[in-house]
This record gives sequence, structure tokens and C-alpha cells, in this order.
Amino acid sequence: MATKDTLQIELQFSGGMELLFDNQKTIQADVPAFFPIVTKDTDTNQQERHAATIRDLIAWTSIELLKERPELFIGDDGSVRAGILVLINGADWELEGELEYELQDKDEIVFISTLHGG
Amino acid sequence: MHLTNTADTTVHAHQHTQTQPEVGVKSSKGTKPLRNPCNLCQSVRAILKRPKTGQQLCKECFYHVFETEIHNTIVDNKLFKKGDRVAIGASGGKDSTVLAYVMKLLNDRYNYGLDLVLLSIDEGITGYRDDSLETVKRNRDQYQIPLLIISYKDLYGWSMDDIVKEIGRKNNCTFCGVFRRQALDRGAIMLNVDHIVTGHNADDIAETVLMNILRGDLPRLQRCTSIITNDTSDDASGIETSKILRSKPFKYTYEKEIVMYAYFKKLDYFSTECIYSPNAYRGYARVFLKELEAIRRTAIVDIIHSGEALSASVQANESTKLPTMTNCTRCGYISSNELCKACLLLEGLNKGLPQLGIGHTTKIRRIHEAAANVAEGLSLSSTSLLSPTTALSGNGAESATVVTAVASSSTSSTLEERGKTVTHIKDLARLETMPSLQTTS
Ligand SMILES: [Zn+2]
Ligand SMILES: [Zn+2]
Repeated sequence: MATKDTLQIELQFSGGMELLFDNQKTIQADVPAFFPIVTKDTDTNQQERHAATIRDLIAWTSIELLKERPELFIGDDGSVRAGILVLINGADWELEGELEYELQDKDEIVFISTLHGG
Repeated sequence: MHLTNTADTTVHAHQHTQTQPEVGVKSSKGTKPLRNPCNLCQSVRAILKRPKTGQQLCKECFYHVFETEIHNTIVDNKLFKKGDRVAIGASGGKDSTVLAYVMKLLNDRYNYGLDLVLLSIDEGITGYRDDSLETVKRNRDQYQIPLLIISYKDLYGWSMDDIVKEIGRKNNCTFCGVFRRQALDRGAIMLNVDHIVTGHNADDIAETVLMNILRGDLPRLQRCTSIITNDTSDDASGIETSKILRSKPFKYTYEKEIVMYAYFKKLDYFSTECIYSPNAYRGYARVFLKELEAIRRTAIVDIIHSGEALSASVQANESTKLPTMTNCTRCGYISSNELCKACLLLEGLNKGLPQLGIGHTTKIRRIHEAAANVAEGLSLSSTSLLSPTTALSGNGAESATVVTAVASSSTSSTLEERGKTVTHIKDLARLETMPSLQTTS
């Protein structure tokens, strides 16, 4: 398994998405490499961990980086809001496993909003 | 003669101009075996899954398919004739930016022989339209297409900022919508174009179909589903139309592909929502459609087809009672009433009664009767967009209106005279000094 605790991920925002992130088009983020597996036994100190996925990244980004109106970024299902396009290293995330894609160090993740007027 | 499909448009793998391998995901990680090969060329990594077909394509094959489909739409629907002068309605947003780029590219590639111009409307919204117009100006330079910008302030004496100051944020979209439609037509007349193309895409059209069904607005349902409109016959409830053709070359183009195309081509577009228009209704329709699409891939196209089928049956039923189109007695714009909607709205604004013109048709009719008296002395129109013969086709009940229209119609509708129909402007001289074509600076 990876030895690092964090992954260096380049996040890019465009198509209006950047407005939710203080107008930053690119953010170099240190994202946790592992996230706890949420189980019913929340008491257990010894929590199981899993490698970070895009699903984790979306939740983490909306907590750590998002500046306003989270409902324009994250949906109730923990995915991005319908109409936001995601690219993983230059390719449509639909080709890469979408939410279940496991993040790799130095990945480049792009979020593009399509919801703004044309 | 319409443009014909002379070029080989079969979708096939073609020569990749860039030989730089995109095979490895990232050079820093070393070369991986080719994952997700393109369904067409099989030799390059796919970067897009098509919403329409589920096909996965590499960048070059995507460009080829995207452009070719739009070309086919243009040819199959006979949108243009060789030599047409075509205005691209340009807002600086993603759709019209990609439209301008693709129209220019296809015009060159397939020798359409079109004379392209950009036409932008400046609604006068500080912090929104002023910024997006800068994008349009860059597009003018990047694509070498001349640009005309027409402002509400010049045309109507009111900018949207002024209007919102006067009426607040409620209903301001009504003003903006009515004013924009006329402004585009008037711009098209000034530019002497035959045709306006707009960037409405398949997703937009599906949303509009849904909204019109929910509102029970069948005339608008019909308009929004037609790929090309020019006739006055489809107007059954006071939607103003003109003789200038309008079409939507992106009718079958998905928003996702437009955005991906703009992203990969690094096209320069502006993406901020209008500050006056959260447009919650459309927003819900949009999110609803996107969610439907996630479950049923064909949702967008299915809804467009439903809209087309419904409007076809509406047309069949309503064909016997078409409204008589005449000309606005004040400004000469084509209208089914004595005053066109823009003049009615303006009258309300200028009198400090902005509710005038908003609401139900019967109410508007009553106001019209009152307004007609005012209008009588004010008729400035010297010509009409409607030919006298069309105007004369009115039935007896409408004869009073028809007479007015014919009386004010000149027999020879020269271009200079057509330009003069822009009479919303209090000071006509301002029109003469309005920016003519802004070519590359
Ligand atoms: Zn390919
Ligand atoms: Zn009028």
C-alpha cells in the first residue's frame, strides 16, 4: 500500500464552477490518501480505512475548499450535482469508474459546470 | 439551391494530426498499456463517453464526429443557401461561442459560401453583460468575424439596470425576453442578414419543451421544437415573429459535448449566470432532466420528440384559426395586436405602470384598446416587415388593423427603409450613429 498519508491532487474548476471556490481556477490540494469506512460501530477506535476515491474527494472538497452554496456542487447522493462534468487526467470520468475511481498521487481532476447560461 | 452534402461525411477514423502519443495517461507515470481505446480509431485513448450513444471516443475522433453531425444537421434541414448572410446570435457563453467557432469552421471546410457576422445584444446589465461582451469581442478577433452590438438603451431608452431599478426583480425576465427577441430582429435588419442562428442545444430544447408542457403553452412548444422558424403562421397567442429566418444548428447537439468541445479546444467563453435571473423554474426543469438522463440515456431526445409530436397535432387542430398578423402601429414590428409587446411594455415603463403588458392576454387586450387611442397619433412606421399581401389576407373582423398596416406600408421595401422601422428609439438620429460593424481592431 501507499506509504504517504496524503495525495497531491490538482483540482481545476471551470465553466463557472470556480465561482464557488473564490474564483480559483486551480487548487493544489493535499488530500488524505485514506478515508475511514463508515460502519455502525462508530465507537471502535480501530476504524477500517479505504483508499481515497473520487467520492471521498467530492465530500472532502466540499468541506475543505468550497466557499459557498454547496448545493451547487454536491448532490444528495454524494456525487457532484447533475450537470457538472468531471475529467480525470484529461478523460471523462464516465470512462474511469466515476465515483469509485481510486485517486492516485499527482492526479488532475477537473470540474466543469454546464449549468451557466450560454 | 440549398447546400448539398458533397463532402464525405461518413464517420470514420481519420488521420491524427498530432503524433504525440496520448496513450500513456501521464508521462510522469510511464507508459501504461492502452486502456479505454477509442471505439472509432482503436488506437488512441478515449477521452469522452458520448451521452447520445455511449460510444467512447478519442479527442480527434470526437472533434470529427461532433463537427460532422452539425454539418449533417445543417445540410439535412437545408438551413442555408449559398450566399446567405447569417448572423450568429452571440452572448459570449459556451453555446454561442462554440457555435461561432463551428459555423466558421464548417463554412470554410464545406464551402457553404455564407457571409457570417456576430450579433450581440447589450441588455445593459453591469457586471454581467459588460464582461460577456468582452468575450464576444475577443471571439470577433479570434475567429475574424465582424460584430454588431445593439443595446437596449439605444433601442428602447432603457437598460435592464434601469428597468430593474424601476420595477424590481420580479418580471424583469419578461421585459428582457421580449426586448431581446425584437433587438435580435432589428440587429439582423441593420446587418441586412437573411438568417439568425442561435446556440440552443438539445438539452435547452428539452428543458423548454418540458416547461412549455407544464405551462400548457402549446404555441411556444411548437416554436421551441422547430429547428427553423420564419413563418408567422405558427403564432397563436401573440408571440411576435418576423420574416427573418431563425435556426438552431445545435438542436441535436448535447450540452455535455458542447462543453467538452469548448474545454478541449480551449475556446474562450464566459460563464456567469445573469445576476437578475436565477430562473428557478428552468433550473428545476434542468436538474430534473439531468437526473432523468442519468437513469434513461435517451431522455433528452425522447422529450424533444414528444414536443415535436405534440406540436404537430396542435398545428393540425389549430390550422383553421390562425391569427392575423399585422404591424405594430407604433414601431412597425410584426405583431398580432395593434401594439407589439415591446411597445406595450415600454409604454408601461415610460408611464410608470410597468405591470402593463404582463399577465393574461384578455387583460392585455383591454389595455390595448386604451393604448390604441394613444397610439393613433404616434404612428411613426413608414414600412413594414410584413408584405402588404400578407397583411391583406386578414379577415373582415381585423380589417381596421389591416388598413392601418397597408396604409403605413410602402410598396418598395428597400433596405434603407427597412432600417427605419426601428422606431422605438426616441431619438431616431441615434440609430444612424449606432456602431456599424465593428471589424477587427
Ligand atoms: Zn479515435
Ligand atoms: Zn412596437
